[in-house]
Amino acid sequence: MAKAKKLSEFRVERDEEKCIKCQVCVRMCANDVHTYDPETDTVRADSFKCVGCHFCEDLCPTAAITIEYNPTQTKENAHWKRESIYDIVKQARTGGILLTGMGNDQAYKNYFDHLVLNASQVTNPSIDPLREPMELRIHLGRKPDKIDCRLQMTEEGRKKYQIRTRIPPQLELEVPILFTAMSFGSISLNACKSLAKAACKFGTYWNTGEGGLHRDLYPYAHRAIVQVASGRFGVNEEYLERAAAIEIKIGQGAKPGIGGHLPGEKVSEEISHTRMIPIGTDALSPAPHHDIYSIEDLKQLIFALKEATRYTKPVGVKIAAVHNVAPIASGIVRAGADFVAIDGIRGGTGAAPTIIRNNVGIPIELAIAAVDQRLREEGIRNQVSLIAAGGFRSSADVTKGIALGADAVYIGTAALIALGCHVCQKCYTGKCNWGIATQDPYLTKRLNPEIGAEHAGNLLRAWSLEIKEMMGGMGINVIDSLRGNREQLRALGLNEVELRLLGLKHAGEAW
Amino acid sequence: MRYKDTEDLKIKSTKTAKIEAKDLSYKTLNEKIREALKNGCKKIVLDNVCGQRYIGDGLRGNDVQILIKGVPGNNLAAFMDGPKIIVQENAQDGIGNTMNAGEIVVHGHAGDIAGHSMRGGRIFIKGDVGYRAGIHMKAYKNLFPVIIAGGTCGDFLGEYMAGGLLVVLGITHNCTNPTSCSPEIVGDFVGTGMHGGMILIRGRLDTRKLGREVRIAPPSDEDISILTAHLKDFCKYFHLDRERILETSFIKLYPYTHRPYGKVYAY
Repeated sequence: MAKAKKLSEFRVERDEEKCIKCQVCVRMCANDVHTYDPETDTVRADSFKCVGCHFCEDLCPTAAITIEYNPTQTKENAHWKRESIYDIVKQARTGGILLTGMGNDQAYKNYFDHLVLNASQVTNPSIDPLREPMELRIHLGRKPDKIDCRLQMTEEGRKKYQIRTRIPPQLELEVPILFTAMSFGSISLNACKSLAKAACKFGTYWNTGEGGLHRDLYPYAHRAIVQVASGRFGVNEEYLERAAAIEIKIGQGAKPGIGGHLPGEKVSEEISHTRMIPIGTDALSPAPHHDIYSIEDLKQLIFALKEATRYTKPVGVKIAAVHNVAPIASGIVRAGADFVAIDGIRGGTGAAPTIIRNNVGIPIELAIAAVDQRLREEGIRNQVSLIAAGGFRSSADVTKGIALGADAVYIGTAALIALGCHVCQKCYTGKCNWGIATQDPYLTKRLNPEIGAEHAGNLLRAWSLEIKEMMGGMGINVIDSLRGNREQLRALGLNEVELRLLGLKHAGEAW
Repeated sequence: MRYKDTEDLKIKSTKTAKIEAKDLSYKTLNEKIREALKNGCKKIVLDNVCGQRYIGDGLRGNDVQILIKGVPGNNLAAFMDGPKIIVQENAQDGIGNTMNAGEIVVHGHAGDIAGHSMRGGRIFIKGDVGYRAGIHMKAYKNLFPVIIAGGTCGDFLGEYMAGGLLVVLGITHNCTNPTSCSPEIVGDFVGTGMHGGMILIRGRLDTRKLGREVRIAPPSDEDISILTAHLKDFCKYFHLDRERILETSFIKLYPYTHRPYGKVYAY
C-alpha cells in the first residue's frame, strides 16, 4: 500500500532575504518546526509540525516568517471538507479518539450575530456614562422572596429601619464578567496568576477549575470560586474554607456528559501537589459524580458543602447547556444552589474529544432565554443567579446575554486571548508557545503574570466602558435593569420558532 | 452490638458534651456540635440521632471524638479532616465523602458510596456496605485511606480506585465457617476503572466478578503487615479475634496499569 500523504494545515513561508539566521524561531518553537542547518547556514521549516500559533511570526526580528493556511493539500468539495478528510486519515493511522482544544469551531448559527440592541431617541433620554453615575455592580447569590423591614425608634427618637431578613451569602462583582473555570494543569500557573490578579484588582472573581488551589494562588483565594468536580481533586476542608464561593461542576459546554482525564505524564510535582494525587498517575474525572444520580442527590452535595462551610459562602452548580436545560436548572434551584452556571456549545476546553465538542449541547443564547423564562414562570428566578458561559467574544455579546436573562457572564477564551492566546486549538498537546496551556517551565516563563494581569484587567475595563456606553444609549443606568429586559433586543433574520424560544420580537416591530 | 460509651470513648477528664438530637434538624444539630467544640469540648455524645444528614461535615481536629447513638443520615463526616466518629448502629449513604483524615467506626451496616473520593483516614464497618464502596479513593503523600468492611459489599467495589486500601472480610456473611467464605461477599464489577491502591478480599473470589482493569495476586508479606496493623484496630473496636480472621487467606486485587485509558486518544 502506498504511504498515505502527510497532511499539513499550515505553510511556513520564510523570506530568505530578510532572514538573518538569528535562530530565535529555532529556539522558541515548542513544536520544533524550525531547524538550523549549519552546513548550508540556512534555517528550514517543517510545515507539517506547525499548529498555526504565530509565535515565531511575532518573534522574528526581521518579519521574515509568514504562517498561512496551506491551500493546496487536498481536494475538497461542499460535503467532504478538508477537516473530515484529515480526521479520517489520522484515525485510520491511530485508531484513537480525536482530541481538540478550545471552543466549538463549527459554523453553527451564532445567535448573538442575529441580535441588535435598542437605544433611546426622543421619548426617553439616553444617559452619558462618562458624566453620569452608571452602575455595573451585581450581587450573585440567592435573593430572598421578600425583605422583612421593621421601623424602629432609636434612643434619640429617630426613625431607623432594620432589615430582619437574613440575606444569604452573596458575591459582589464590580463588573458582570467573571473568569471561567480553568484549572492549573489545563493552563499554566502564570496564566492562573494573571487572571487571579486581574480579578482581585478589578473586583470580580476567577475560578480554580477542578485542579485544586495552588499555594501561590492563596493571596487571591478570597476572589476565587473553587470547583468541586467528580474527581474531587484537591478538595479538602482548607480548599473550601479559603474560597469565596464553591461551584459543583456537573458539566462543561465543550464536553457535556463525559468525564475527563489529565494524562499521567502531565501530573508533575506541582500538579500532583494541588490535585493531591501521586506524581505520574492519571487524574480520572468520572463522567457523573457518583454521589449524584438525581436532583435530590445534588441537593445533598450542595448542603454537605454548605454545612462544611457553615453557610458562609454561595454554593453553585455548573452544567452544560443541553436539550433539557431549563427543567434541569429549575431542579438545581430547588436543590438549593445559590447560582447556576450554564456553559453553551461554544464553551472552551483544554482537551476534549473533537466529536463531542463539535456535536453535543445547545448554543448559550437559547439556553439563557429558556432557563430565564422557565425560572420566571415558576416564580423562582430571584432564588438564583444565572451565569452564562460559552463563547462570549465582546462586550456586545455580554450585554446581549444579560438582556436575554443572565446575571453575569463567564469568559475563558476571551481572557486567554488577552494573555496572548492565538486560538490555535492545540491546548491538549501541552506545547503552548504562548506559555498558557502548558506546564513546560521553558514555555510558561514566557507569560509574565504582571503583564498578563494588566492585559486581562484592561480587557475587563474596556468591556465595562463599552457596556456602560450601550446601557447609557438605552437609557439604563443600572445593570440590574437590563437583566432579562428583552425589549432591549430585536432579532434580525430569525424564524418564528427562534423568536419564540428567545422571547424576542423581530427588528422592525415596536414595543 | 451495643456497649457502654465510657468504654468506647475512654472518657476521662476531657470536657464532654451530651446533645439530645431528638427532633432536631440537621442544621441545628450541627450548630450545636460546632458550638460544643467552640466551648472546648473534645468529646460529644449525640443521643437519639434519627436520620440527620451531614453530621460532622467539614469538622477539623484530631482530638475530637463524636459518639452517635441512633442512625445518622447521609453524608456523615463529608469533607471531615481529623475527628473520630463512632456510630453505634447503622449508617446510611455517603459516609466519609471526600474525607481527608479521621476515623469513622460503624457498629452496624453502611449504605452506598462509603468513602467516596476519600483521601485519608479510616472507615471501619462491622457489617455490610452498599454499592460503590471506596469509589475513587485516592492516596496522597502521608494520607492513606483505609476502608474495612466486616461483612459483604455491593457492586462496583473500589470503582476508579486510585489509592489506599479496601478490605472486605465477609465475616458476618458466613461466620459459622470462615474457612469457606462464599464468593458472594463482593458484588459484580469489582475494581472497574481501578488505577491505584489495593483491594484485599478474604476467602475466595469468583473472577467473573472482576472489572477489566484489575489483576489477582496473593498478598505479599508487606501487604499482610499493612492489613494486620489496621485489622488490629478494627478487631479492637468490634471485639473480634484477629488471629481467627487471618486464618483464612486473602486475595489481593491490584490495577494492572496506572494508565488504563492512555491509548484511547489520537494526538
